[in-house]
Amino acid sequence: MPKDSGIGASSKRREDIRFLTGAGNYTDDINVYGQAYVHFLRSDVAHGRIVSIDTDAAAAMPGVVRVFTGADFASVGGLPCGWQVTDRFGQPMQEPAHPVLAQGKVRHVGDPIAAVVAESPEQARDAAEAISVEIEELPAVVDMKAALSADAPKVHDDLTSNLCYDWGFVEENKDAVAAAFEKAAHVTTLELVNQRLVANPMEPRVAVGDYSRATDESTLYTTSQNPHVIRLLMGAFVLGIPEHKLRVVAPDVGGGFGTKIFHYAEEAFCTFAARQLARAVKWTSSRSEAFMSDAHGRDHVTKIELALDADNNFTALRTETYANMGAYLSTFAPSVPTWLHGTLMAGTYKTPLIYVNVKAVFTNTVPVDAYRGAGRPEATYQLERVIDKAARELGVDPIALRRQNFITQFPYATPVAVEYDTGDYHATMDKLEEIADLAGFEARLAESKARGKLRGLGVNCYIEACGIAPSNLVGQLGARAGLYESATVRVNATGSISVMTGSHSHGQGHETAFPQVVADMLGIDESMIDIVHGDTARTPMGMGTYGSRSLAVGGSAMVKATNKIIAKAKKIAAHLLEASEADIELKDGQFSVAGTDKSVAWGDVTLAAYVPHNYPLEDMEPGLEETAFYDPSNFTYPSGAYACEVEVDPDTGRVTVERFAAADDFGNIVNPMIVSGQVHGGLAQGIGQALLEGAVYDENGQLLTGSYMDYAMPRASDLPFYTVDHSCSTPCTHNPLGVKGCGEAGAIGSPPAVVNAVVDALRRQGHDITHIDMPLSPSRVWAAMQGE
Amino acid sequence: MYAFDFEKPSSIAEAVAALKDEDAQALSGGQTLLPTLKQRLASPSKLVSLGGIAEMQGICHNDAGQICIGAATPHARVAAEVAANYPALAALAGGIGDPAVRNRGTIGGSLANNDPSACYPSAALASGAVIVTNARQIAADDYFQGMFATALEEGEIITEVRFPVPQSAAYVKFEQPASRFALVGVFVARFADGVRVAVTGASENGVFRWAEAEAALSANFAADALDGLALPADGMIADLHGSAAYRAHLVGVLTKRAVTNAA
Repeated sequence: MPKDSGIGASSKRREDIRFLTGAGNYTDDINVYGQAYVHFLRSDVAHGRIVSIDTDAAAAMPGVVRVFTGADFASVGGLPCGWQVTDRFGQPMQEPAHPVLAQGKVRHVGDPIAAVVAESPEQARDAAEAISVEIEELPAVVDMKAALSADAPKVHDDLTSNLCYDWGFVEENKDAVAAAFEKAAHVTTLELVNQRLVANPMEPRVAVGDYSRATDESTLYTTSQNPHVIRLLMGAFVLGIPEHKLRVVAPDVGGGFGTKIFHYAEEAFCTFAARQLARAVKWTSSRSEAFMSDAHGRDHVTKIELALDADNNFTALRTETYANMGAYLSTFAPSVPTWLHGTLMAGTYKTPLIYVNVKAVFTNTVPVDAYRGAGRPEATYQLERVIDKAARELGVDPIALRRQNFITQFPYATPVAVEYDTGDYHATMDKLEEIADLAGFEARLAESKARGKLRGLGVNCYIEACGIAPSNLVGQLGARAGLYESATVRVNATGSISVMTGSHSHGQGHETAFPQVVADMLGIDESMIDIVHGDTARTPMGMGTYGSRSLAVGGSAMVKATNKIIAKAKKIAAHLLEASEADIELKDGQFSVAGTDKSVAWGDVTLAAYVPHNYPLEDMEPGLEETAFYDPSNFTYPSGAYACEVEVDPDTGRVTVERFAAADDFGNIVNPMIVSGQVHGGLAQGIGQALLEGAVYDENGQLLTGSYMDYAMPRASDLPFYTVDHSCSTPCTHNPLGVKGCGEAGAIGSPPAVVNAVVDALRRQGHDITHIDMPLSPSRVWAAMQGE
Repeated sequence: MYAFDFEKPSSIAEAVAALKDEDAQALSGGQTLLPTLKQRLASPSKLVSLGGIAEMQGICHNDAGQICIGAATPHARVAAEVAANYPALAALAGGIGDPAVRNRGTIGGSLANNDPSACYPSAALASGAVIVTNARQIAADDYFQGMFATALEEGEIITEVRFPVPQSAAYVKFEQPASRFALVGVFVARFADGVRVAVTGASENGVFRWAEAEAALSANFAADALDGLALPADGMIADLHGSAAYRAHLVGVLTKRAVTNAA
């Protein structure tokens, strides 16, 4: 029987009422009295030396308040990188400066050179066109392997090369892995590209910087997934503003997908300029700017090798990946191809020996950082593609080959440094075979064939790691931030509750799901609880939302704080009931004395806390408000099995996804409807990557896919009706809710399923095809069918 | 966008006069022009809206049996109003862009712009339409002169497009995945005196007629009449979304499908 409230209930998303009725409050909706507007003059060449900038004409244009260039930021820090990777040889990565406005050189198309602040957006833009910039264009480096050649132009003149780091993981395993390959009965090798993507949240980035001369306080309103992180990075490293004089607000945010995690130059600029001008400064990105200034995702080129013994057991895995960093290090860029990727290379399989090599490379392109899944999709894609290829080479069923190699004992320590606490991969595969009706595939194949279409089936598994932690471990791995989360539960006098969380909701439904948890714990109605998030002035220091961490980490902090509330409330109730605290039970919002009919309601206890007339003031402070910080002891490990059926039009190469089934193990689930929605959205992004999306630069570093005319986003008609199931549940063993996280799974697990299915369809037709790089556009699939 | 003057005349004569100013630009539905202006890629001194000219609106039939579409008639209206008499043309109009585009974009604007990936040029060329302007009548065969190039003189306004109605016809579009413009579109129209095949999206010279296919189909209006016919890749557009060879191949595939649909 489905529940109608609390944990496990599909409560309707309360925030959707305001989103769907135009009552949302997005950053661009925020207008500060007297605000000015900024327009950034961006480089239209990928690489060049700035010979001169003449702003005189621009400064004289109507409405211009001030024109800023890199020189204005000489005394200001650059944008910091939040993760330092140590290379194979024990050396820190090469870490270039990242100025707010270009200094000396421009390094990618879109790199901001100057900024005009004016009375209106149009005046700012007009004046920006009047800035005269002389740039000595330099040869651009775009291709990663070319960027590493000895004679390649250097993106950063002060670095020794374009190599950010050469990372080996686990370096000590390298020789043993090589030896295992020597002994292998079979080796399958696959080279593939995980293409560059642009996140394209519906809401483009916006920043409004404000400054009060009266209080010397700065406020930044910004489209961020983690306002506290922005406050720390920008305040401490860029502008030198202490936290108590800097407030960062991330109000309603229209989608993040990772690209709104990072601290961007435009945020620092608006905050800085507002202080300089003692006036609010607003920037709203156009979609065109977003394409050339939002951090991109993925962009890995990989060679993966899988070694098997004579019985088809996986014996070793070896990968070599080139990871594009772009022109600068975005906030968490170095961690994505390393600790968020290498640690997942075991997948759901008991491969005993793994070696991952990653070369991170600077190029004259937009910086690349975390994008929905961040490293785990890249790991999953290559692993699940190479297993599929191995199954074909060996003539065995791809599902059977996976099952044979599944990890079945938990906890399981992988050879890539992580320990899976729990899971049941056979169960999710069993569930998948059922919900995908794999038994009926042959009939559907025949039906497609009768219509002249090639049908294919792709199946794969995935595992991911959410709630990255614990802080002391990630600190050793190079993180320059903690990865705990915080919550303050403020019970008001009449019993209503505000929960201040460091998590940030930008589509995930926290405002609905988080109250379900607290309501369940207290036995009160969900409507009595509101979530407060997205404002450093109103929430305790927390790390924000990314990596599917909110419920597993932020929710756990909220549970801890709520437990403190319950403990104190029981003391108050015991006093009111003149009973022993140990005898007090809380059920359905009533505190009662065990074994009696004496009880007191939740509201009576909360009122007593704030109107403490009858209250043990000598033993206990009044009030009912508790804060908790939660630092997880391990990641969580959601996993699942996905199946995709495609049809390929043999005449045109066009691929249509006919069926898609996802069986996920997310552990315990608070709101099944929201979880399904998260999976749906993830699948859309994963299918989008597999079939449609791809950011492409030409050899001069010009972005060829700079608008929706050429960058193909998935639309509803590109997607099938999904069959999703999350009834397989092995609850997380180390967080109080037993939850694992579901936000990225769909985007992680689906690209290999689609590609596996297309390859399957073509091979059934007799095409000797082992791989096609994403996106599997009609022209690429057709070319593959022509043997190109 | 940059500042510009704006006029909205109520007659063709006034519009022609208004367009005599240097750098004046006619504005019809604006579905190409307005995004171009917003990106500051054009800076006309004046926009002359054609949207207030009653004689350029609407659809009628003339004595020659042609469907006469006012140049400022939006796609959605063509889709709705010619469905009974020229279903292939209605279907083409109903498949352009999205509802917002179809409610604003006009047939005259599309033909004047002559985007190499636009749908309408193929219908006009395959139908042997007549492009009527304020000054003259231009046969479609003479009108299209390459990518974004037409026979229109400076300041000349398309006022009406007259479509002879074929015995049967069909348009098949293969969409570019991102823009959903035609990567290749083929319009096949069968008349009593022969078959016309016009191809959009594919050629570096814009919309064109495929003479070999026309000859084959005029002899035998069946998809298999095209067996063995192949268009050379030379001169085809090659970009991110498809090679020249792919586009040439698609022309053959889509022409067959159009014939099947029209038959």
